[in-house]
Amino acid sequence: MSDTLLGVKDLVVEFSTRRGILTAVDKVSFDLERGEVLGLVGESGAGKSITGSAIVGLIDPPGRIAAGTVHLAGQRIDNLPSEKMRRIRGDKIGMVFQDPLTSLNPLYTVAKQLVQTILTHKDISKKQARDRAIELLDKVGIPAADLRIDDYPHQFSGGMRQRVVIALALCADPELIIADEPTTALDVSVQSQIVGVLKKMCSEHGASVILITHDMGVIAEAADRVAVLYSGRMAEIGPVRDVIKHPQHPYTKGLMGSIPTITQEGDRLTQIPGSMPRLTDRPPGCAFAPRCEMAMDVCRQNHPEEKDVGTARVACHLMRKEGAVA
Amino acid sequence: MLAFIIKRFVQSIVVMLVVGLIAFVMFRFVGDPVDQMVGLETSIEDRERLRETLGLNAPLPMQYWNFISSAAMGDFGTSYQFKRPVADMLGDRLPATLELALVSAIFALCAGIPMGVFTALYKDSVLTKLFQAISLVGISLPTFLIGILLIYVFSVQLQKLPSFGRGEVVDIAGWSTGLLTVSGLKALILPAITLGLFQMTLIMRLVRSEMMEILRSDFIKFARARGLTPRAVHFGHALKNTMIPVITITGLQLGSIIAFAIITETVFQWPGIGLMFLQAVQDVDVPIMAAYLLMIAFLFVFINLIVDILYVVVDPRIRIEKA
Repeated sequence: MSDTLLGVKDLVVEFSTRRGILTAVDKVSFDLERGEVLGLVGESGAGKSITGSAIVGLIDPPGRIAAGTVHLAGQRIDNLPSEKMRRIRGDKIGMVFQDPLTSLNPLYTVAKQLVQTILTHKDISKKQARDRAIELLDKVGIPAADLRIDDYPHQFSGGMRQRVVIALALCADPELIIADEPTTALDVSVQSQIVGVLKKMCSEHGASVILITHDMGVIAEAADRVAVLYSGRMAEIGPVRDVIKHPQHPYTKGLMGSIPTITQEGDRLTQIPGSMPRLTDRPPGCAFAPRCEMAMDVCRQNHPEEKDVGTARVACHLMRKEGAVA
Repeated sequence: MLAFIIKRFVQSIVVMLVVGLIAFVMFRFVGDPVDQMVGLETSIEDRERLRETLGLNAPLPMQYWNFISSAAMGDFGTSYQFKRPVADMLGDRLPATLELALVSAIFALCAGIPMGVFTALYKDSVLTKLFQAISLVGISLPTFLIGILLIYVFSVQLQKLPSFGRGEVVDIAGWSTGLLTVSGLKALILPAITLGLFQMTLIMRLVRSEMMEILRSDFIKFARARGLTPRAVHFGHALKNTMIPVITITGLQLGSIIAFAIITETVFQWPGIGLMFLQAVQDVDVPIMAAYLLMIAFLFVFINLIVDILYVVVDPRIRIEKA
């Protein structure tokens, strides 16, 4: 066995709505090695967060996992009964959400929330749990953790609250952390601190991370590999350096072109014309075809297969000849 | 915390003084009290003497002050009709009303909160649909009709429960209670359900909508993502957050349960202050009416004060800001 921690294969998530079935995630596959940081990027509605929620089994009705499998450390987890899945959540998989202001229960002290989570997963005494909670807060960089632990969430700033949220996600030393836009709601100056904390904690604990974001800067800073989602489908996945420097998929190229850099002086930023199709009326072929400058007839008819191109996997008809893109 | 309580306390006193003024105005200007008390054959001299002893010749502010200060000491004057101190009459009648109100409030809470939680958690269950049907009945049928229906079913048809009165009561240190005898408890059931049904449906609907709102919130999703047990999520994290509006409504409703027990007390001939008030209205017995008004106002003010303090206990955010 290789050191694969998480295997997601042909994952399909559907929502049944009044206007028919809506496929939010369409046959997404990827693997995650132990200790690896995988970035999941895409526009709003591309299916990033749904993918994350599907892995931990937190898709609420009317949504459901319609097909595909999720394996964690060799064990299939997508079809577990809810009680077994609950034991995995928080214990094996930790989650960090976008908005630290609303992620914490306002009526309980930080100590109570931490201790409760620790005791749910670990068979230790209350005193030990509290000691561990203080230790965790200290590690995520909260000054005077032993004093501040009895404060309520509203007594912390946004950045500090996100540290508390990270500490909560790490309560039971999970093997996998799914961070859903962990920096989006934060100040730019605090963002990189939080990414730093997240990265440090994970490397110390040997945990893998799925970092969901639309911020390529965060990806470049923290991720080992990056997966680009478009309209619920995988467009391109590969090592961060290669995807950023040599994007293959036209969508990824457009995405990279729209990021300002200090070196490219005076150039206009490129922008991708149009917007992502609604999930209810996705075109029959490649979902990106209507916006793609290089779209061919085949793109409008058939959905492209994923192909290995160099170090990356790309879903694009232009990839017919290995690595050759005009 | 202490400053907060003192502030609220002062506000409460101001409200009571204003209500006292209204009660006093009613007392003084709804007809001449002397005419109410004496017969046609009483001489003008006798009337003047009575006027003097009642203090009706003093200047108005002085009369107001006398009224307020004696009311504050528990002296509401003498009933025109029964020639007894109103305070004594209230004291005799109050235990009946308070016991009825308390039992119906407990019934409303103990049934309403679990029903609300259940209907919020299991939206598609058959039981949920049943509860909602009951709540529709409770919210739309007028109190007296529910009372009469209950009497018809349980007293007339099944002959299981008494249709009127308090049953046997036991006197404990001047407080006559029906809670200690079987017949007293039996007599309490129907009026308590009648009075509490509306409050119960109100609480159930409130808990349900609040709970459904809270269950969608981020911190509940995060609590679930941490693998907390459903019990901890639903009853620890979610229910506690729904309690703030529930406390407000329950508090205010407790006041109205007592104030508007009038109808229930009439239907069941319950010997409480509501029934007494209704008789006083018929007899234009102004001291009783004024005392009733003051007492109900006091209840509302007092309950509001308690509710405000309870907020502070439940929600740490208010505690920090106001302290």
